[in-house]
Amino acid sequence: MSDLRPPTPSNLPETVAPERAPASHGPTANDTFMIGAAASPLSSGDESIRPFRANVPDEILADLSRRLQDTRWPDKETVADSSQGPQLAQLQELVRYWATDYDWRKGEAKLNAFPQFKTNIDGLDIHFIHVKSRHADALPLIITHGWPGSVFEQIKLIGPLTEPTAHGGQAEDAFDIVIPSLPGFGFSDRPTESGWNLDRIGSAWAVLMQRLGYYGYVAQGGDWGAGVVAAMGRQAPAGLLGIHSNFPAAITAEVGAALGGDKAAQATLSQKEGAALQDLGAYVQGGGLRYLEMMSARPQAVGYGLTDSPAGLAGWMLVHSGFGKWSFGKDPEQSPTRDEVLDNFSLYWLTNTAASSARIYWENRSGNLLSSADQKSSEISVPVAVTVFPDEVFRAQEAWARRAFPKLVYFNEVDKGGHFAMWEHPMLFAQELRAAFKSLR
Amino acid sequence: MISKYVVPLSISTLAFASAAHAETTPAGHGGADTIATAPTAAPAFPAVSPSPLIAAAATAQPTGDTSIRPFTFHASDEALAEMKRRIVATRWPEKETVTDQSQGVPLATMRDLAGYWGGAYDWRKAEARLNSYPQFITTIDGLDIHFIHVKSKHPNALPLIINHGWPGSVLEQTKLIGPLTDPTAYGGKAEESFDVVIPSMPGYGFSGKPAATGWGPEHMAKAWAVLMKRLGYTRYVAQGGDWGAFVVDQMALQAPPGLLAIHTNMPATVPADVQKALDSGTGPPAGLSAEEKRAYEQLVRTFKQVDYARIMGSRPQTLYGLADSPVFLAAWLLDHNDADGQPAVAVFNALQRTSSTTGELTREEILDNITLYWLTNTGVSTSRLYWEYKGGFFNAKGVKTPVAVSVFPSEQYEAPRSWTERAYPKLIYYHRAEKGGHFAAWEQPQIFAQELRAAFKSIR
Repeated sequence: MSDLRPPTPSNLPETVAPERAPASHGPTANDTFMIGAAASPLSSGDESIRPFRANVPDEILADLSRRLQDTRWPDKETVADSSQGPQLAQLQELVRYWATDYDWRKGEAKLNAFPQFKTNIDGLDIHFIHVKSRHADALPLIITHGWPGSVFEQIKLIGPLTEPTAHGGQAEDAFDIVIPSLPGFGFSDRPTESGWNLDRIGSAWAVLMQRLGYYGYVAQGGDWGAGVVAAMGRQAPAGLLGIHSNFPAAITAEVGAALGGDKAAQATLSQKEGAALQDLGAYVQGGGLRYLEMMSARPQAVGYGLTDSPAGLAGWMLVHSGFGKWSFGKDPEQSPTRDEVLDNFSLYWLTNTAASSARIYWENRSGNLLSSADQKSSEISVPVAVTVFPDEVFRAQEAWARRAFPKLVYFNEVDKGGHFAMWEHPMLFAQELRAAFKSLR
Repeated sequence: MISKYVVPLSISTLAFASAAHAETTPAGHGGADTIATAPTAAPAFPAVSPSPLIAAAATAQPTGDTSIRPFTFHASDEALAEMKRRIVATRWPEKETVTDQSQGVPLATMRDLAGYWGGAYDWRKAEARLNSYPQFITTIDGLDIHFIHVKSKHPNALPLIINHGWPGSVLEQTKLIGPLTDPTAYGGKAEESFDVVIPSMPGYGFSGKPAATGWGPEHMAKAWAVLMKRLGYTRYVAQGGDWGAFVVDQMALQAPPGLLAIHTNMPATVPADVQKALDSGTGPPAGLSAEEKRAYEQLVRTFKQVDYARIMGSRPQTLYGLADSPVFLAAWLLDHNDADGQPAVAVFNALQRTSSTTGELTREEILDNITLYWLTNTGVSTSRLYWEYKGGFFNAKGVKTPVAVSVFPSEQYEAPRSWTERAYPKLIYYHRAEKGGHFAAWEQPQIFAQELRAAFKSIR
């Protein structure tokens, strides 16, 4: 059964019209059965953990399909590649498929195959998947996604981590998995007030793990998730044994200087280190972060477009570096598949979280996720594990990680994978996590 | 099936080559979204490998066609109804989590605007006003260029080409037409009359959308010289603000025969050492006057607020929502991250104004402009200009020809006279207007016209 709380004045966001929209316009997020409603003050103080099951009403799915089919397109890019953004023909084909052949119910069923819950923390209902291993002494692990990701990225890890013996591992490598949706993302509530920065999310996750009865656990994150685990690492809540990041804040002052063109700093770099910085520099120079700057500055402006146009939502998200090598489903060997990417985009659409998810950039606009100064890496007192994936825009180097993190207990560079490494190579990622946390059990 | 509005099938929504103009329109000439062939010179853009000729649809114009074809625009009832349907069906995000504009144009503002735009707003008024002026299309370098052309009845009227900017259009300048071409009816003298040419930039308004790279300000400047020549003008002046200012600076650098002088209300005057300080963020160089320091601070603030320009400059094709969502288009055109008022304060205030007896901008006029962007589906094509141009915005360009400058008090930066004199050695006019902002011609047409009269007096 879906989480359909009866609307009351206090839990209706401003956008909800008192009466339903006319039938001819179809359901919109303005209707009263929104999937991800705004925070309800009715729930403060409530520590219950309530089962949750996704069940998007048919009308909302039909509305999405209609809007996709009605897409009004701009003209084609004036270049022969994606240097101006996602190419028209590719996006049109993706949208055509999304409108007519893609089936949300399959994605929904994938989520519902796992136990999901909601619990109210700090005024927000937080959605999370929680799968316990049957193995004794499974290590509890909380994994946090980023943008434009979601819990859909992580579900392929659940099997390998909770049932290692069925996935090339040993019973001693088992984990209990907790996969929350960030505030303002997926099925979690959308904050109505500012203040949900990384520190606050980190604290909420500590509350969550405690509420689940875990006295010892580890935390993993990439993208915004990396910022969350860094916050947890600094906060060092009782029970947190260590963190793993695949997007570590390893740009120390010297590395930053080298990146900024300081010749003396550059002279100290090895060729490998220099190449990593050069690639990051080229990515930034090439405009790779402009979407981020825009979201950090004007999340509401961006939100209007991504909430009203599903093609607009896909077009905006596909500019992210994580999709740089995505084949739009043409390569049958590639993960994520077209359906999986659309599961992810659909989740943003169906929960009306395009604007709220953009706000995480605004909330944390004064700090760069990769900067060790901004993320205060030196204050992380818990053990830190790092895996570097070759196609990530920033390939952290071991020397930098050693200087950035006081307790680096694991560092490994693997040979495949990019920003969405968990989504692209779940088995490899699982192996990394097994190895990374072995010493902390 | 993809939307029936896929270019070039959207021709049907714009009765472009109507029967009334058949005698000047060669058979087979297409609609407003005429796609150009690539310009003859390969674009020298370092970050992108040379692009092959991309012509989405072959132009029906024979190459070298210099004809000037009358044009009027008539949006179909269907297109207007569809726009309103989309506005009314807008799927809204929740409210911003702040009580100010620091996250973007507030939800309440957009909902109010959409309520009017999707309801009582009437595009036909703006359309009629536009069509009351003689408009034309001519093909330059394979691209259809739309322009308004109004001749003064006075002899010795000075020909003037005026270039709009982003998120503007020819609509900004229509209020100048009367005061400039018919000065005696607007408090001026016959000797101050102008012939006025107001083009839509490539990718904007009713001009064609370039199908390949290469249509930056430099190319536009060349095209405008071709246009003025084609219109039979052997001596003329050029005016521009925003992108128009970049274009007229390029015209001045190119110095085509016939160009007597330029006027700019967003002059590029920043000296090299100041630009360096701005780029490195090291603070103003020593020795700046109070006026110069103020300009420096304004520039620092401006560069913090142009995220929209940066995403447009790097990934214009990510903005698919601009073609699909009228409300997103409106928000994008309205949002300049100027919580403290620059540069679009007049536009923002206009949203609250339903009418004005003093000629102030009204909500109607703002929507006329946004609607023009919507009907011509130019949200993305206009963004590509930012991708095309990788030069500096405000740094001095080395212009040597005569230049006139008007500084409006709410411009993105108020160019000091000292910088202006250095940047434009042949400065024939410098004046700080009493009021008006970034969209000066739109906000204060009378003052703007007076500025132009005074600016060009000396070179008639």
